[in-house]
Amino acid sequence: MRSLALNDLSHNKYYNWIVRNFFSTWLNTFLTIIALIFLYKIGTFFLDWAIFSADFKLNFQGEVITDRTMCSKNIAPGEYGACWTIIYARFDQFMYGLYPAEETWRVNLSFFLLPFAIIGFLFDKLPLRKFFIFFTFIYPFIAYFLLYGGPNLTIVETNKWGGLLVTLFLGVTGIGLAFPLSIALALGRRSNMPIIKSICVIFIEFIRGVPLITLLFTANVMLPLFLPEGVNPDNLLRALVAVTLFQSAYMAEAIRGGLQAIPRGQIEAAQSLGLTYWQTTRKIVLPQALKIAIPPIVNTCIGLFKDTSLVLIIGLFDLLGIGKATLADMNWTKLYYEVYVFIALVFFIFCFGMSRYSLYLEKKLKTDNS
Amino acid sequence: MSLEQVIQLEKVNKWYDDFHVLKDIDLLVEKGQKIVICGPSGSGKSTMIRCINRLEAHQEGKITVHGTELTNDLKNIDLIRKNVGMVFQQFNLFPHLSVLENITLAPIWVKKMPKQEAEEIAMAYLEKVKIPEQAEKFPGQLSGGQQQRVAIARSLAMNPDIMLFDEPTSALDPEMIKEVLDVMIQLAEEGMTMLVVTHEMGFAKTVADQMIFMDEGRIVEEAKPEEFFNNPQNDRTKLFLSQILNH
Repeated sequence: MRSLALNDLSHNKYYNWIVRNFFSTWLNTFLTIIALIFLYKIGTFFLDWAIFSADFKLNFQGEVITDRTMCSKNIAPGEYGACWTIIYARFDQFMYGLYPAEETWRVNLSFFLLPFAIIGFLFDKLPLRKFFIFFTFIYPFIAYFLLYGGPNLTIVETNKWGGLLVTLFLGVTGIGLAFPLSIALALGRRSNMPIIKSICVIFIEFIRGVPLITLLFTANVMLPLFLPEGVNPDNLLRALVAVTLFQSAYMAEAIRGGLQAIPRGQIEAAQSLGLTYWQTTRKIVLPQALKIAIPPIVNTCIGLFKDTSLVLIIGLFDLLGIGKATLADMNWTKLYYEVYVFIALVFFIFCFGMSRYSLYLEKKLKTDNS
Repeated sequence: MSLEQVIQLEKVNKWYDDFHVLKDIDLLVEKGQKIVICGPSGSGKSTMIRCINRLEAHQEGKITVHGTELTNDLKNIDLIRKNVGMVFQQFNLFPHLSVLENITLAPIWVKKMPKQEAEEIAMAYLEKVKIPEQAEKFPGQLSGGQQQRVAIARSLAMNPDIMLFDEPTSALDPEMIKEVLDVMIQLAEEGMTMLVVTHEMGFAKTVADQMIFMDEGRIVEEAKPEEFFNNPQNDRTKLFLSQILNH
């Protein structure tokens, strides 16, 4: 049977590859055809629903859609697909929540600057990397000033924040704050000092043993108890604390995996040269351990980014929360598919990006000489 | 040769849990002396030299280097490590740093030397171990012999007055052993105080002032090389020598 594919050398390598992988035996040919039919059906159905039979701004009668009753699928049931107008109509809420419309440029500017703040951290051979790294450290202050306000900018309370803004704020800030904390925890867990070691172990095991939702509730209800009276952190800050602690425990374990992969001889060599513990850690151990740990770290980041949607439980309107709120609006209710597909797509874009970055790093690590 | 004693071990004992690795070790090393330590594996020879720069802690007895006693005091440990270089069996170069960075790391961070000066010194030592052209490469791109020579240069760049070698050629392919031993012989000729754990008996005959044979955690025999090779006193030494010299 295999010779079917192999004896024909007259065709090019693509042809041969296809024959070898999809049509090498009659059973494989059969399965390939079944799979193709299946994919075709699903694909055409989805494309038809999402694009060809869908409404964007106008319905099939050419009218501008202003509420759900004007969607083609509600006028002529069964014949038309998605009604994306809901996304257009509520786009600002999906992006900014209840952020005042005349101030949304501040959010846009923060979004625009975000990639520049991250890029120096992600790519080690970037030209002008020092400048970008410097920007990474000042970006939080810029973003805080832009988003929250301050001198010359109107204050926008965080209860007005919502949508992608909250999702990104929690995801990026949570990961950013958890990173140094997790390094400290991972080092502490390997420390020779029993007190530090047990504090770190207890913290990590406790946080890992509790669902994020519980932490969110706890932070929401209990954080004020630990703070002096009169200090009443807002809901977003409470959620941020919970998310950061949660992420730091998971990241710490990923980093600990990297630390364990560093041979003992590396530390001995550094010690024998007279380097102190901190110099050895900073110059020898961490650079190597973090490199190894980046794929699992990115993995936990993807998990956290999706988990931020749990904050809707404590009354914050992240992307998913806004979606639910939109569906509760009588004008637009019941357009579940459109809203959830859109939200899924936005999450997918960010998570897929992180996933590709992780793959890129794994490839790079394999080819690196170091 | 002056009789300045640079290393003193008095009644040193060490246990790994209840395994007694070092038993009542007494050793005196004078400035400029070259001591070669041999013995079967598990005899404690590596552990002994690793105690001298406190990579391992001893539990009983006294180790003094340059008049500073090794205790848990980190200041003393740092002081001693600055003056005692070490070369490992597995080279232990830092794989994420270039050859040049491997060598300049300690001078810059421990001695607070300006980068340019550290690089000049590093290049001088790379010349000395005869691989200046490899300065920009990473350890993974070098052969074992080249890596070990970089490791020697890295230790020398801290300008130590004592060098410890822990089986420096055991992990090398046979054709690379000579290039490393040549560097070590050159170093010996320049008057460096050296403690070398090795089974390279040719090297020992050329370089050693004193041979030490260890077995089961004890120094069993200590003698001048001629004496040691031609007329070993202890039966275990005789057996060991016959095993490694006549195979």
